[in-house]
Amino acid sequence: MLGPWLDYTVNGLIIGNIYALLAVGLALIFGVANLINFAHGSVYTVGAYIGWASITYLHTPLPVTLLLVVAGCALLGIAIERLGLRPLHGRSRIAPLLATIGISLVLDQLVQLLGSPDPRALPSQLPDVRFQIGNGTIGTLDLLIAGIGIGSATLLYVFLRHTKLGWAVRATAQDQDAARQMGVDTDRINLTVFAIASALGGVSGVLVGMYYNSIDPNMSFDATLKGVVAMMIGGLGNVPGAIGGGLLLGLTESYGIALFGSSYRNLFAFALLILILVLAPNGLFRWRRDLPPEPLTGTFIAPSRPVRIPRSVLAGITVAAALLGLAPLPYLLQTLTNGLLTALLALSLTLVAGTVGQVSLGQAALLAIGGYASGLLALDLGWPVDVSVLAAGFITAALGTLVVYPAFRMRGHYVAIATLGIGQIVALVILNWTGLTRGAMGLTAIPPPSIAGVELTSVRSVYWLSLALVVAMALLQTRLLAAHLGRAWRSIREDEVAARSYGVDANRYKALAFAFGGFGAGVGGAVTAHLYSYIDYQTFSAQLSIVALTMVILGGLGNVPGAILGAVVLTGFPELFRAAAEYRMLAYGVVLLLLIRYRPQGLLGTV
Amino acid sequence: MAAPLLQVRGLVRRFEGVTAVAGVDLEVAEGELVSIIGPNGAGKSTLFNVISGLDRPDAGSVHFRGSDVTGARPEKLAAQGLARTFQHGRVFGNMSVMDNVLVGAHTRLRAVRPAVPLLGPLLELWLAAVRPGRVRAEEAAMRAEVKQILTLFGDRLLPRLDNPAYSLSYANRRRVEIARALALRPVLLMMDEPTAGMNESETAEMQEILAGLKARGQTILLIEHKLEMVMRLSDRVIAMDDGRRIAEGPPAAVRNDPAVIEAYLGHAAMGQAAE
Repeated sequence: MLGPWLDYTVNGLIIGNIYALLAVGLALIFGVANLINFAHGSVYTVGAYIGWASITYLHTPLPVTLLLVVAGCALLGIAIERLGLRPLHGRSRIAPLLATIGISLVLDQLVQLLGSPDPRALPSQLPDVRFQIGNGTIGTLDLLIAGIGIGSATLLYVFLRHTKLGWAVRATAQDQDAARQMGVDTDRINLTVFAIASALGGVSGVLVGMYYNSIDPNMSFDATLKGVVAMMIGGLGNVPGAIGGGLLLGLTESYGIALFGSSYRNLFAFALLILILVLAPNGLFRWRRDLPPEPLTGTFIAPSRPVRIPRSVLAGITVAAALLGLAPLPYLLQTLTNGLLTALLALSLTLVAGTVGQVSLGQAALLAIGGYASGLLALDLGWPVDVSVLAAGFITAALGTLVVYPAFRMRGHYVAIATLGIGQIVALVILNWTGLTRGAMGLTAIPPPSIAGVELTSVRSVYWLSLALVVAMALLQTRLLAAHLGRAWRSIREDEVAARSYGVDANRYKALAFAFGGFGAGVGGAVTAHLYSYIDYQTFSAQLSIVALTMVILGGLGNVPGAILGAVVLTGFPELFRAAAEYRMLAYGVVLLLLIRYRPQGLLGTV
Repeated sequence: MAAPLLQVRGLVRRFEGVTAVAGVDLEVAEGELVSIIGPNGAGKSTLFNVISGLDRPDAGSVHFRGSDVTGARPEKLAAQGLARTFQHGRVFGNMSVMDNVLVGAHTRLRAVRPAVPLLGPLLELWLAAVRPGRVRAEEAAMRAEVKQILTLFGDRLLPRLDNPAYSLSYANRRRVEIARALALRPVLLMMDEPTAGMNESETAEMQEILAGLKARGQTILLIEHKLEMVMRLSDRVIAMDDGRRIAEGPPAAVRNDPAVIEAYLGHAAMGQAAE
């Protein structure tokens, strides 16, 4: 009986070691750059592929493989810092966060293009010997991972405590300005830290690949999340805490799988994340009561003057768009319909992220809630589709606000992490709540959209429906923004401390924004579900949340016409240039990076 | 004498190893202008943060208008008539001067923010979308009032009503903050170094404005480094050092208090304080 538990413990500690390696890198980077590096998982994936390439093509022995991974990833980390982040120095503090998202999109797609989209086997290069310990066993690879984990932690400790460069790193982490005044070359420190963190990330990638004997380009997202969760458990920027957090996360997952099965694995990780964020935002290893750390107060977004588009022009565009529905261009209309339905998501995101400043990385979960709500009401209860879509809007408004509620008391980066986690939790609940959602099977044969019993089957009618919905939501949102409500929302984005000091109840207004945005996104998800006739828990993925954020930034934060423009353009262009379809995410990443660098206020400007 | 408007008793706030506020007592009566002076790091701003609800005390109590508000949320204190400005300035950068000041009037809005429990927020959405006559009238009245408040600063801000706050000069941003605080119609106005970063003529101008507010009967709690201004304006001065109140009384008495002189001489901040 004890045997398997020992195995689960060993397994948890080994995976925990990997998470710790990731989390340590993230914590180091957060320490000096005050930034959660969303590209960290991509570096980890690149590390795994460097390892695979060197074993496959160069037939390197293990030490050489690891050395190549360390060198390659350190260089990559230096490149990320030097080319991607340093030019953003002194910009609004949202800029580097978004840049790391862009970098991760680019790196992931490059790996996919250079490696292959399919999983690859990564042999472990170690003799497959397992040692008996009591009733459990431990393999050579387990020992290697443990050794590398302990070894790098020791090296890091010695480096930070006993070398001059290490002191400089710690000084920079405490107070960048003070360190610079004392003659520390903080640019060099940043480079050093990115190099070390990326090398550790790369090593953990190759070790994971060997452990599961499989690597694929999609492993980066998960890695970023797990690393971030582990770091948050330990406390933002707390390096020893990150190690503890990694081990704790690994054990939690391992025991969770033992008790409930592997589809629950990530649910545990994210539930733990939300718990930590809510109950102990300073991490588990710091008990002192203190003001919550505020990594992102002050200027959150770039100053800008929005482009004012005359109403007549907007009205003209709307009429032209409606008339376009008459054109015999089904493919174009279909593409535009997709763009418009995505615009409902973008409108909701531009409200919460742009107007209220709560950068949500889980917004697509609202589509999922809406899609499932309407689909189930129509399928299981036989509701007419127009009623179910409307009901889905309200359900999403309520449920969406409720699930995001834990993130309301957070600021800046914390909101991004929490919403990312919440988005994942929604997807995992859908996957695991088989009784209600049919689990991995998804919803099939969802009836098509209909109004008053008339089914909208033609491409044209669905296009018009989507257009009408977008125009209605856009008008309503514009009207709200022009009222005192809009003022209260923007004051929270600009400076939550000042807003609250003037009586603006931040929670109430965030809830209102998520409720209103949730309604629109819920309706969007519902119509999408009826249009596709099939959805599952992956239809509205985290990737869609990131893409929506790119659309919102392209249009200009908080900018209503901008969000629609961003959604239509970014959905439409890859479709129109079919050849480029496989470069989609690459294009999104590049667009995001270029925008942040050269036009941070977006095409139409922040409102 | 009636109970003071603001009564702080034995307030303590510790940070990791540092006691920023170490048992401070403080009273402000209605219509009074009380200044807090002290070298940098004396705990003045921390004291402000704790009183205004942005930070929670480790010990002690704060009473405002007769009720215990120790550790109350800042929203609640604002609703009760406490307004404050910030040491480093916290204007809403991407919002116009008009919108900045209108946020200051937030707690006074009745028509758009119905005091209905539970359904209030939804009603607020509805009113923002539909905007019945009452809501529009209230908005218009507030806009007129904002212009009225801004006349206080002559033509410094009025011509810039629609400019975003980030485009303003530093001194003008400070003025926007004060206007925002006045829009709340504060029972108690707390100002954290309103003249920081201002030149001599701007400081003189601000001093006039504060004197005007005081003449109108505005109760003010002021943190200020410029001693000359403090001496002119204050009814009472409280000197702080190392988180403690080291002297209290009429301006002239505090100025000549040996403990105060010692505190300033003992700190490098002397030069700044003697301006």
